[in-house]
Parts: sequence; C-alpha cells; structure tokens
Amino acid sequence: MANLKFIQINEVLGANLLNLVWVIIGLIAIYAAIKNFLDKENPSRIGTGVFWGAFGVVCAFGTWLPAKVSGALVILMCLPPIFKKVKVGHVDTPSKEHTEEQYHKVGMKIFFPAICVGLFSLVMAFFTNISSMVAVTLGVIVAMIILMAYNPSENKPVVFLKESERFLSIMGPLCMLPQLLGCLGGVFTAAGVGEVVAGMVENIVPKGNVNVGIIVFAIGMALFTMIMGNAFAAITVMTVGIGGPFVLAYGANPVIIGMLALTCGYCGTLCTPMAANFNIVPVAILNMKDRWGVIKNQVVVAIIMLIFQIGYMIAFK
Amino acid sequence: MEYLKLVGVLIVILGFTLKLDSILIIFLALIVTGFAGGLGLDGLLEAIGTNFVANRSMAIFIPILLITGVLERNGLREAATDLIKKVKGATAGKVVVAYGVMRAIFGAFNVGFGGVAGFVRPVVLPMAEAAVKNQGHEAKEEHIEDIKGMSSAMENITWFFFQVLFVGGAGGVLVQSTLASLGYEVELIELAAAEIPVAIVALVAVCVVTFVKDKKISKKYYGTEK
Repeated sequence: MANLKFIQINEVLGANLLNLVWVIIGLIAIYAAIKNFLDKENPSRIGTGVFWGAFGVVCAFGTWLPAKVSGALVILMCLPPIFKKVKVGHVDTPSKEHTEEQYHKVGMKIFFPAICVGLFSLVMAFFTNISSMVAVTLGVIVAMIILMAYNPSENKPVVFLKESERFLSIMGPLCMLPQLLGCLGGVFTAAGVGEVVAGMVENIVPKGNVNVGIIVFAIGMALFTMIMGNAFAAITVMTVGIGGPFVLAYGANPVIIGMLALTCGYCGTLCTPMAANFNIVPVAILNMKDRWGVIKNQVVVAIIMLIFQIGYMIAFK
Repeated sequence: MEYLKLVGVLIVILGFTLKLDSILIIFLALIVTGFAGGLGLDGLLEAIGTNFVANRSMAIFIPILLITGVLERNGLREAATDLIKKVKGATAGKVVVAYGVMRAIFGAFNVGFGGVAGFVRPVVLPMAEAAVKNQGHEAKEEHIEDIKGMSSAMENITWFFFQVLFVGGAGGVLVQSTLASLGYEVELIELAAAEIPVAIVALVAVCVVTFVKDKKISKKYYGTEK
C-alpha cells in the first residue's frame, strides 16, 4: 500500500500536526469543564469541572508534561466519576419542529458533511502518510465549513462548541473507557501480566499449534466478552495473554489476527445480557415483553460470524 | 509471587461481571497491578501517565462531536427518514433490511442516526407497522414484538461490524495500541481493510436471517407468504 502514498509530509510536521490535534481535543474538554463549572443548573459543578478539566489538560499538554504529572492528573480525573460526581448541566436539545424546519432549508445534501470525516480519513490513509487523527480532524473542519456555508444563520461557530459539550455530557465519563482500558493494557504489559497468563494457558493449550491457538483465541474472545459484557475490556487481556504468545509468536499475521479477535469479541457482545446498552436497554426503550427479545434475534448471526472469522483467520494467517 | 500480578485481571473480570462502576474497576486494577508488579508509587504514576498519553488516539471521537449535534440540528435524521421511505413494495422485513443497509454504509463513515431510541423507535417501527397494514393485515402484537427484536438486532449487528471499517474508530485504535505494546506495528487502514470481508458477510447474514424470519412469521400470523 505504501507506493500509493504519493503525498508525504516530514516527521516534524506530522508530529506538530498531531500535537495540534491533541491540543484541540484538550481545549474542547476544557471548554466542557468551564461550562459545567459555571453552570448553575449542574448539581455537581466541581466534580464535573475537575473530570473534564483534568482530562483536557492531560490530553492537550501530555506531550510536554512529565509522565508522573500526567499520571497524577489521570488519577485525579478518575475520582469524580467513581464518587458519581460527574453530572449533566443545562442541556439545549433542538425540538423536532426546529430540526424539520432546518431540513427543509438544507435537504438531502446534509449527507455530504456527514460522510466528510470518514471520507477524509479513508482518502488520506490511502494516499498520504498523514496520521488518521489529523485526517479525521481535517474532515471535521471541512464539514464545519460546509455546514456554515449551507446554513449560516443557524450554524454559527459557537454552536459547534456548544453542541460538542452537549454530546460529551450525554456520553458522560464512560466515554473515557476505551482510553483507560488501553492504558490498563499497557500497565498490564509493563507489570508482566502477559507472561503469567500465557504460563497458565500453556498447561491447557499446546504451544506451537497455531490453528489451535487461533480457535482458542477467537472463542476465548467471544466467551470472555460474554462474561465481561465489553469486548474492549476483553481484547487487551486476551491479546496480551493468548493472542501474542500462542498465535502471533509463531509468525501469524498480526493485522488479521489482532483485528478479527475484536470482531470475534463482538459476536460475544451480541449474545450476552451483560452488554446491557445494546441488548437490554433497547428492550426497555421499545417496551418489549421478552427480556431476551433482542439477543434471540442475534444468536444465529453471531454463531455464523464466529465460524466464518475462525475460518478466515486460519486461511489468511 | 508471580500470580499476584493477576489480581488486576481478576478485578477486571469480576468487576465487569458484577457490574461495578467501570471506571472504578479500571482504577483499582491499575493501582493493584502496579504495586503487585513492583512498580512502586513513582513507577505506577509514570506508567499510567505514559500509557494514558500514548492512548490519546482513543479520544478522536471528541472533535467529531463538534459536528455530530450540528448535523442533527440541520435535519440529518429527517433526511435519513426520507431515504428509507424510498423503498418500494415495503414489507416489515424490507423496511428493517433497508434500515440495516443504510445503517451499515453510513456506519462505515462513523455516521449514526440516533440508534434504537433516536431512530428505530420513532422511524423504523412505525414504518414497519404501516407496511403490515398496507398489505391488508391488522398487525398482531406478537408480530410487532418480533419486528422490535429484529430491528434492534439489525441496529447492533450492522453497527458492530461496519464501525470497524472507519479508519480512526476506537476499535481499530485499541487493537493497534495493544499490538504495539507487544511489539507489532500495524497501520489503521490495514486493520480496517482486514474487516471488509467480515462486514460484508455479516450484512448478508443478518439480511438473509431477517428476510427468512419475516416470511415465516408473516405466514404464521396471517397465513400468506407476503
């Protein structure tokens, strides 16, 4: 794929652009911190402010802060959500009449800025060596310009900032979960957890047979995700403990094995009430009588997909 | 004392299984693993800081939020509704499948329409019910229950297997950073490309399953093939 990348930027520019992205993200979070800290409608102004503020500072300035300071800020960031002190303040949700009125103005061409971000990340990944993070951010900026051009009276610059805060607050502290899990995976590796897990699995699974390793890894991901209800939590532990030592160590393709393990985990997500967001909350939202009504409609596809992916991994390892 | 290092893993497994607060679980697992692994307070803070900063890519959803709400304000949901209304000769099954195909394609570009609460309940279900009525049947309660289950399943399956095609999505970034910690450097676009066959097979599978089930239950409830 490398030969397609005819636009190349040098490393220094790439690193500077990436740092700019982190600063932009950090500033959005710091805006959310200040907004909530000053928001009289927020029942927990300090906790909410500390959470978004600490995250914003680590994100924006993590490149230059000493690692120990960043670590302390991450600990500080975790405290308000643990004590349930991150709350939603004043929310300005657009009414249905309002969005319908805007739709009559803008129409179907709203899809263009909608796919802009995905398009930018795809095209730039194909033809340039620019980081996907920079590409996504550029896509967002272009989408913002298009939206302002479509509907200048409605889409003023400050509206974008306010709306980002609205969605951050809707998502709440749980949106930090992937980043914290990624961080945990790194700490697991640093502490040598992978070797210990591998040592235990070695007693059950023969080392050296890559196909058996793949099957154990794939089914293990699905089962582990069913128990924990979260494929992101499962993948860090499983890749370090099983995928690495039993499959990748024997020269299997890390792209196929590493990535498909995640979607094998998703097969588990489809089958478990532990993944309440996806399988139980819809039962409530749609007033269904059968608590298992969503899962029952997913099991067949989940099994088909697990089998297909195991075959795919074995064939293309 | 090697096994002491596993206490963190145990905390993660038990914590998620017992539905404790997710951030509390990770927080405890971080601290316990750090001390059990002999990192000490300084080493632990340093490991947390270094790894959290190294995983900042996971926060790339935040700039996207700048436009998510504004797209909604400008009628993205209304436009999506008009798009699936274009399906001809609609049956309940066709409406659900049309939604799934649209959800999948836009999911690959990281664009959502509000999920079960924001789109399935206010748009897909009323359209599916109307389709049943248009075929001259009074929609049976059990049938509506089936349609609710099928559309939620469609929502989840298409989203799960197509969001991984978005270059810069959380799933790919997490896999990339996990592999990097083991010493394997991979590119996000390679990870997304590996999922293309998986996504296509998933979409075909869920559409076929939905069509077959819709046919079967229509026959059962109303005695026709339609």
